Amino acid sequence: MTSYLDHGAATPVRASALEALVGASATSGNPASVHGAGRAARRLVEDAREQVAAALGARPGEVVWTSGGTESDNLAVLGLYRAARRTDPTRTRLLISAVEHHAVLEPARWLAAHEGAQLTELPVDGDGVLDVDVLNAQLARGGVAAVSVMWANNEVGALQPLEAVVSAAARHGVPVHADAVQAVGQVPVDLASSGLAALSVSGHKVGGPQGTGALLLRRGVALDAVQHGGGQERGLRPGSVAVAPVVGFAVAVAEAVGQQPEQAVRLAALRDELVTRVLATVPAARLTGPSDGPRRLPGNAHLMIDGCSGEDLLLLLDAAGIAASTGSACQAGVARTSHVLAAMGVDEEHSGALRLTLGHTSTRADVEALVDVLPGVVARARNVRQAGAA
Amino acid sequence: MRVLAALSGGVDSAVAAARAVDAGHEVVGVHMALSRTPAAERTGSRGCCSIEDASDARRAADVLGIPFYVWDLSQTFEQTVVADFLAEYAAGRTPNPCVRCNEHVKFATLLDRALDLGFDAVCTGHYARLEHGDDGRATLRRAVCSPKDQSYVLAVSGPQRLAHAMFPLGDVPTKDEVRAEAAARGLRVAAKPDSYDICFVADGDTGGFLRGRLGSRPGDVVDRDGTVLGSHEGAYTFTVGQRRGLHLGRPAPDGRPRYVLGIEPVANTVVVGPIEALAVTAVRAGDVIWFDDVADGARCTAQVRAHGRDVRVRVRLADGLTVVLEDGDQLHGVAAGQSLVLYDGDRVLAQATIEGTTGPGAASGVASSALTAGTAAR
Repeated sequence: MTSYLDHGAATPVRASALEALVGASATSGNPASVHGAGRAARRLVEDAREQVAAALGARPGEVVWTSGGTESDNLAVLGLYRAARRTDPTRTRLLISAVEHHAVLEPARWLAAHEGAQLTELPVDGDGVLDVDVLNAQLARGGVAAVSVMWANNEVGALQPLEAVVSAAARHGVPVHADAVQAVGQVPVDLASSGLAALSVSGHKVGGPQGTGALLLRRGVALDAVQHGGGQERGLRPGSVAVAPVVGFAVAVAEAVGQQPEQAVRLAALRDELVTRVLATVPAARLTGPSDGPRRLPGNAHLMIDGCSGEDLLLLLDAAGIAASTGSACQAGVARTSHVLAAMGVDEEHSGALRLTLGHTSTRADVEALVDVLPGVVARARNVRQAGAA
Repeated sequence: MRVLAALSGGVDSAVAAARAVDAGHEVVGVHMALSRTPAAERTGSRGCCSIEDASDARRAADVLGIPFYVWDLSQTFEQTVVADFLAEYAAGRTPNPCVRCNEHVKFATLLDRALDLGFDAVCTGHYARLEHGDDGRATLRRAVCSPKDQSYVLAVSGPQRLAHAMFPLGDVPTKDEVRAEAAARGLRVAAKPDSYDICFVADGDTGGFLRGRLGSRPGDVVDRDGTVLGSHEGAYTFTVGQRRGLHLGRPAPDGRPRYVLGIEPVANTVVVGPIEALAVTAVRAGDVIWFDDVADGARCTAQVRAHGRDVRVRVRLADGLTVVLEDGDQLHGVAAGQSLVLYDGDRVLAQATIEGTTGPGAASGVASSALTAGTAAR
């Protein structure tokens, strides 16, 4: 019996999405072909496009299929920057928050290292929330090609003040991209009302097939393609569209968004119970990120536990049948210190990070299982002599 | 038992872990990341430090169906094994980094963390046999596959620490059998080449690595009378007994090959001479770790270098540990810094670090504290 508390990494595929995926898998036509088989495939792809557009407040023509969140983020950051700079060579600056996912951080740093971009990583407060005053000051200096600030942070669940970001950027005519990979299905996400130029979505975070995603790109926003080929997706993302995965992805997005209001309430209650009980039973543990519900993803709990390492906690929890995460990325399996926690000023030297994320299949039994084993796991992890002390 | 299997990414540790699983143990795989800046791909015959090796280890764990983690022990490795390697060469000795890694990393930091996490033992692909006594001490024996025997580099961990070790390959007759077993189990590391070189020296160029880390330090190459024969870029790149790479322009007057007899770190000279000057009649060692009681005057065998042959010795316990070669047995070019391991048959009796040697020319002063590899050669 295992309890899966890592929906932030991937959430189980929805039955409806799986059925749609399997049902469309026999489609053999290329949606770019003019014959009957092509038309049949195209029908499925365009139905899916309308489904995603309707769910996320976009027009069908604003949906660009990708292979997932990382590709969407790369396309947005590289594409918005290059298009802006191409039309106005003085726009060489790129503003991102310091807590962006690596899929935004790394293409931005790549532009700085290889294409002369001047990158500013904007500070966040102790909860991981962007400091809008600093953004305003940076925008006022001019020359900004693009801004990228995530909808919600993948580690500590902090929702970012996108409304303020978008209105500030709009005053300077600067397009804003948001990585909404963690947000869809958890909080309302709507391209039209957000005022964003671009928005990234990932399939496997909403219960769709792995390897699917989309970039929602507002009509009229200039974006240079990253890969070049046969002109599919209006030339923005050429390559034959993966018909069946796209169909499964659209069903998952529609269902996740449809269930979002009730899921948000249900998950927030479960999450609050989890946090309350863990803080009551585990000494020297504390919640990281915003403490008030409305400023945080409903399914996210992120804890710092003193006197142990996150790696050891994960190993012991795994052995006890609990799937959790430290929240930060790995490099060849070696846990890296979190740039998110560093930006928040959270000390990781003497504390272990533990990210517990709930999703559509989470139940009270999952929370019970965690609360049962965590005190013993923490006691054991605190007993471990730390490497390097030799 | 709950067993932590150290997986290097090579075939031996993978098969060892598989055997632990077959024996009914609850096995978890761990790959030790030892390099701060791992290369993407394996190069030459290095065995464990690239991202490719970590991937091979993960794949083996997945095939075996066991959990797998990567532990970053690069800081410990740098502070112990690499630092010791540099300091020892700088001091004119010849370190064995595999010994230091077993001493400070595998059966120290890794074992401690495993025990703290609730594991009962650490399983590795080493070739050696263990017998676990009721007294919390292990008996260490040579592997059945004698060409691969690693008891020499494992003995440094001592009987108490090795009591928590598990070497499932100790009784395999040949390495080929391990490869065949890996292939039969569907482990694709079955055909991976053996590793020989020092894992943290990227291209196998130890001299270049030492020059890079210690800097160039030119000095003289001299004969036993002090006559300057040539120059070198750093005495620390030489090892007692070395013949190649001396780059002396002129041959010895008698035309015979010259060998490194000693390294003088203070004077920064390398002393060379004929092979007979490398002959050793006694070896003195410190930091002794005893596996069993050994009486003064006892007879046993000794090994003084990795893959070296056993020699018959008599034990002297007057001042630390000294072993005196029995008549008829010979040793040449014994380097300070290497391990001395004593055996009774295939059973390890003791391990110590070599401090100095005595040649046939010396008086009966085997206990003299002035005996270093360098001065002994004079």
